[in-house]
Amino acid sequence: MLLASSLASPAIGTVFWTTLIFLLLLLLLWKYAWGPIMKAVKAREDMIHNALESAEKAREEMKVLQADNEIILRKAREERDKILRDARTAYERMMADAKEKSQSESDALVRRAREIIEREKVTAITEVKREVAKLAIEVASRVVGETLRSDAEQQKLIERYIREIEANRN
Amino acid sequence: MKNRYQYFLLILLGIIAATVPALSAGMSKEDKKSHDIEGKFNASEFIMEHVSDSHEWHILTKKDGTSVAVYLPVIIYDRQSGIHIFSSEKIAHGHSYMGYAIAHEGDYAGKIIRVDHEGHYDGSKPPLDFSITKAVFGMLIASLILLWLMISMARSYRKSGISAPKGLLQGILEPVILFIRDDIAIPNIGDHKYSKFMPYLLTVFFFVLINNLLGLIPIFPFGANVTGNVNVTFVLALCTFLITQFSANRSHWRHVFAAPGVPLWLLPIMIPIELIGLISKPFALMIRLFANITAGHIIVLSLVALIFIFQSVLVAPVSIFFVLFMDCIELLVAFLQAYVFTLLSALFIGMATAEAEHH
Repeated sequence: MLLASSLASPAIGTVFWTTLIFLLLLLLLWKYAWGPIMKAVKAREDMIHNALESAEKAREEMKVLQADNEIILRKAREERDKILRDARTAYERMMADAKEKSQSESDALVRRAREIIEREKVTAITEVKREVAKLAIEVASRVVGETLRSDAEQQKLIERYIREIEANRN
Repeated sequence: MKNRYQYFLLILLGIIAATVPALSAGMSKEDKKSHDIEGKFNASEFIMEHVSDSHEWHILTKKDGTSVAVYLPVIIYDRQSGIHIFSSEKIAHGHSYMGYAIAHEGDYAGKIIRVDHEGHYDGSKPPLDFSITKAVFGMLIASLILLWLMISMARSYRKSGISAPKGLLQGILEPVILFIRDDIAIPNIGDHKYSKFMPYLLTVFFFVLINNLLGLIPIFPFGANVTGNVNVTFVLALCTFLITQFSANRSHWRHVFAAPGVPLWLLPIMIPIELIGLISKPFALMIRLFANITAGHIIVLSLVALIFIFQSVLVAPVSIFFVLFMDCIELLVAFLQAYVFTLLSALFIGMATAEAEHH
């Protein structure tokens, strides 16, 4: 019959075998299980850690890059606006210049034309006057029936008459 | 200081848990007395037979009285005649072989003793028994299963390289391993010293756990009461004790032999107290595991014994219900005790290796 006291009785054999088995188990597991497992877990944790870290870094870089992009874009936009503005002012200036130039040219043309016309008019009038005088003399000589002795004297006389007429007209 | 608080709480829990076996042991003793007189079923003997270690692994007894058992090898060292190895079948059922038999009563009940030709105990000191007993055999099986599990898990890591944990084995075991590392080892021992002690803590945790769990399975290669054997828990506690003492630093020893702030005349009292403290910690470890597991087994067996005590099948459903309930608690206790043993081991190691702090 087994007594309750046998539960807690020391047994050198069990102690011996337990020690042997446990130490052997410890060594085998240490070498073939815990070592590789802990190493694998550690490696994975390190990898995850690194991956997270580099992702964070990449995000930071991205942010910086984005900020850079923003600046570049803004600069480019400013540049474009400036170029457009410059182009517009240049265009306007050119247009104004061209207008001015063409205006003055046309003015000059008109003026010259007018001068020429004036001059032509004067000559034409003078011509007409001379023709008229000549005609008048001829008519008058025919009418009078006599010819004045010298043309020069007659000319002088006619011119005096004309001047008188012009004076009267004025 | 948080550690110390945790430690006291656990000691308190341990004391509460330790009262359970005392109660149940008392109960089973009374059962035995009452049934001895009637000469019928002896519940105490039934329970003790299942809980204690033996040289054979009894499986069942047939109707004709012959029993089916696995006879484990007996290895004894006799100071006079040297080593003897033979099957335990030769000394089963009260037989004697080569002058050895298993004592059934007296101081050496259950142990191998030297007998004379008529089978009477000759009064000499029993030989040293190195037999592969039920507990040793159960422990061997548990250890082989554990080795197979862990090595195949390690192999799957090597195969899969660095990847997410996959498969049943990694999925179940890795969180446990990480729990031991992150919630037991690192908080108690410290971030830069813990890795040295991890293999021991892991081994002791899984060794206790698998033996606790296999102890709950009542079918042949399992069901041996390994962690409920005080010799086994003694070895485990001794390991923790030795590791603690050998890894202890100067401040630990100064605390033992010249506690700072203690007047010189108190030292003759304080040093023995501190030395007792060193021993009592692993002693508590040993008793706690042994008592909890044995108590659980005794309760389950008592509930089963009720069927035979009342000699009624009607009791069976009640017994089975309570046994199922107890088995659930036992399952919890199996994990809890493995956890507590590992946690306290880590705590003791942590206390011994902690850098000196000024009070």
